[in-house]
Amino acid sequence: MLEILFISTINGVTYGMLLFLMASGLTVIFSMMGVLNLAHASFYMLGAFFGFEISRRLGFWPGLLLAPLIVAGIGMLVERYGLRTVHKHGHVAELLFTFGLTFVIQKLVEMVWGKLPVDYRVPASLDFPAFTIFATDYPAFKVFGLFASIAIFLALMLVIKRTRIGLIVQAALTHPDMVGMLGHNVDRVFMLVFGVGVALAAVAGVIAGPALVTQSNMAGLLGPILFVVVVVGGLGSLGGAFIASLLIGLVQTFAVAFNVSLADVFGPIAESSGLGVYFDDLWSVTVAQVAPILPYLLLVLILIFRPRGLMGNRES
Amino acid sequence: MSTSNTPGQIALPSGAETGFVRRYGIWIAAAIVLAALPYVFSSGLAVSTMCVMGTMIIFALSYNMLLGQTGLLSFGHAVFFGLGGFLTAQLIIAFAGGEQPLPLMLFPLFGGVTGLIFGIIFGAVATRRAGTAFAMITLGISELVSSTALILRKFFGGEEGIMFDRTEVFQLFGLSFGPQIQVYYLIAGWCLVSVIAMYALTCTPFGRICNAVRDNPQRVGFIGYNTTMVRFIAFSLSGLFAGIAGGLAAINFEIMNSAQMGAHESGAVILMTYIGGVGNFAGPIIGAVFVTFLQLTLSDLSDVWELYFGLIFICVVMYAPNGIAGLLMLQRPLLQRGQLLRVAPYYLMALVPALVGIAGLSMVIEMTHQLSIAASEGAEMTMLGFTFNADAVLPWMVAAVLLALGAWLFLRAARVAQDAYGAALVQGSMK
Amino acid sequence: MTMTEEKKIPALELSGLEKSFGSTKIIRGVDLAIPTGERHAVIGPNGAGKSTLFHLISGHYQPSAGSIHLRGQDITGMAPEQINRRGLSRSFQITNIFPQLSVWENVRCATLWAMGYRYTFWRNIERLADARARTEEILTQINLIDRWNMPAGMLAYADQRALEIGLAIASEAEILLLDEPMAGMSHAESQHMVELIRKVSEKRTLLMIEHDMGVVFDLADRISVLVYGELVASDTPERIKANAAVQQAYLGTEVA
Repeated sequence: MLEILFISTINGVTYGMLLFLMASGLTVIFSMMGVLNLAHASFYMLGAFFGFEISRRLGFWPGLLLAPLIVAGIGMLVERYGLRTVHKHGHVAELLFTFGLTFVIQKLVEMVWGKLPVDYRVPASLDFPAFTIFATDYPAFKVFGLFASIAIFLALMLVIKRTRIGLIVQAALTHPDMVGMLGHNVDRVFMLVFGVGVALAAVAGVIAGPALVTQSNMAGLLGPILFVVVVVGGLGSLGGAFIASLLIGLVQTFAVAFNVSLADVFGPIAESSGLGVYFDDLWSVTVAQVAPILPYLLLVLILIFRPRGLMGNRES
Repeated sequence: MSTSNTPGQIALPSGAETGFVRRYGIWIAAAIVLAALPYVFSSGLAVSTMCVMGTMIIFALSYNMLLGQTGLLSFGHAVFFGLGGFLTAQLIIAFAGGEQPLPLMLFPLFGGVTGLIFGIIFGAVATRRAGTAFAMITLGISELVSSTALILRKFFGGEEGIMFDRTEVFQLFGLSFGPQIQVYYLIAGWCLVSVIAMYALTCTPFGRICNAVRDNPQRVGFIGYNTTMVRFIAFSLSGLFAGIAGGLAAINFEIMNSAQMGAHESGAVILMTYIGGVGNFAGPIIGAVFVTFLQLTLSDLSDVWELYFGLIFICVVMYAPNGIAGLLMLQRPLLQRGQLLRVAPYYLMALVPALVGIAGLSMVIEMTHQLSIAASEGAEMTMLGFTFNADAVLPWMVAAVLLALGAWLFLRAARVAQDAYGAALVQGSMK
Repeated sequence: MTMTEEKKIPALELSGLEKSFGSTKIIRGVDLAIPTGERHAVIGPNGAGKSTLFHLISGHYQPSAGSIHLRGQDITGMAPEQINRRGLSRSFQITNIFPQLSVWENVRCATLWAMGYRYTFWRNIERLADARARTEEILTQINLIDRWNMPAGMLAYADQRALEIGLAIASEAEILLLDEPMAGMSHAESQHMVELIRKVSEKRTLLMIEHDMGVVFDLADRISVLVYGELVASDTPERIKANAAVQQAYLGTEVA
């Protein structure tokens, strides 16, 4: 019991930090540009696949470095030639553009790599148990993932708070027009922020790829959860995104670990007839089966009881 | 808006005094066209395709009640389509045997009621927020419903879905609805009724207030209306019509699958509606017909036809945000001033390099496809009658040249055409 | 309640009204009673909080403290539509119309609720003769009848201001709040608008923010002066002219 608790907690926190790596980029892009990048999870997927290709030829570590850079480049091009054109057509057009991008990126990935999972392996240098607890080996790669996420995020915080460019970005986050009038090239700042934002997602992809599955449906699986995280946390709030990421990471991990059903707890019920037949399924469904929808339940609950999210203050 | 002359020389919008033909003429014409279509396009494939188009027209119009008319961007509209379809399917199964006097014609109504009920339930939650948050909520609800459907295996049939026979319910006037042509008339009838109903909705006080909410939601409170209530009612009503579309789709295919409730189907209706044009009532109709037609033809030509779709959609979002209907409406002032024939040659001039560029792009796409997924089939491929090897250098160079040249020439020709358009407008108004 | 007692209840009463944004106090305690039928102008330097005051009264903002009474009824904290339905209508300083709707449709939408139409989705709007008549009447009054079919977003700026006022008067509300109605208009257009406002506010209560002193002294029965969120004076035009505190607030401005 204690073992499951401990392992699940570490797993949950690792998953949560990975979510936060992605959610932070998404939140910053939203705060500065007012557009929710629906294609954010697609850049995560591109990171994983590019990481896979590079790791096949040059190794995992070059992949970790190069894949996010390539994705950042793609992101900047998308911002410069895509988003900027659509910006004048309004918010709906921006959302639909990123939505169309999601679709196109998925089809491109399917076209090049197919619909089946690819064999993105954990690098040999990290393929050992980090520690053994209660007779279970905990993989070092996952520990690496956790520390890498934390390290990257701290590095980013440092850049934003201690460097000049970081100062400009902070200002542009709330007052882009003013920053423009002070002589800074706000367009370039937007491009940079978008590039870095999606690069963060790509890093998450490179780390998650070997640990989870690298497949063309990755974006579709993780995307909605990512958006639940930002809405639950409060659109535009980094702190809220942090709490929500950890919350959802832990909830989903624990749900899968504690694989019980109502039937297990309360005993089987008699065979139903009529309409009840349809709900028999509910009685025997296990928590693990329900795990995928828990984030959405949380979303609906939050929206009923606290519509602006945990820490949000932006009315969109 | 039609006009009539009142004393005082200013032509004001006409009230309800216009003649019968003016008001109802277009619907009578539509009914005649719908009735006659299977005689013009009589192949089995054509009739099946028109059946799909009919359901998609209702679906897309119901979506535009949200997007184009009320300014609500929903990513989960297919849940009403799917739930409507599933309930219709289950009811047909339940009433198989035909003892109850419920003919098949009535069943889409059950789909509609389902859509309405769930529209009310989900709308009560979703319309609490607006804009981006609303879009995310609809996404979340869509995922919630799709996932729940996989859990409730008995009702939703798990991953295979449920199948049924539409001829097993009560047969009115001996109509079994086995033959596709009978299904066509069933769908055409419901389509006409739904389109008229949705159009009528746009002409009501509620419909116009929806437009006001779309234009300036903040101001609406100050003229006495609760914006959330307006959105809630619009959401519920759009669910009603989406449910009817779902019921018809179920009847058409005799199978319902939980994938039809999910993000993919929701995405499809967004594509259809937006490409057709959200700013015009006819836009979604055009979009539904166009996209269904493309789906049919493109899927024969290329394995990666969905990619082309996505690219078309992105182009529309970036360069023609009012869709096909919007582009057509832009020609209206030209028509009114008799200038269309002057500008048309410029359009053709821009069309040629566009086609060249598209040819180049599809070569790149198809060759990439050939080299990656279809690699097991070898590098040889055929396009537009030409056979070549996808791993040779020459085809790639040809593709690059076609793409670059086509794109560059198109951009220049488009600018010239735009200037011609502007000149024609000025010219016409000076007459 | 007798007729005379009813008449004595002020149309609008603000008591200890305060509004803070974070730690910044914009409205610092305003007490004001406006009797029924009065034409009342609110003037003051830029940033005094005049528009904020209107936002508080019309329900756009929630007060941090204090209360607002509309004909004796407490409307503090109510949503804008609830206040509007109780007989208070307003225009905005920054044009706030429905850009894609035609001029005709803009005004017609503003008439609907007051005419008794709710979320009516079962009646054709063209058959509503009363809404049509009222719309025609208002468009004629604001001089936009010849452009009834134009999308409102394409109107010239001054015409959009006229439409803004049209939206405010469409519902025949008893209490009218106009926020700088004449902003952006030429002298001739302003003159026309002043007459229109005078006519429309004949049997109504009018609260108006204006910078044009000529208009203010022409129309207003009483004037209130708002400076840094506080009322420094509230009196008849003559006494306001002579008021030392007012002259100090408008340092250097010659009052005609």
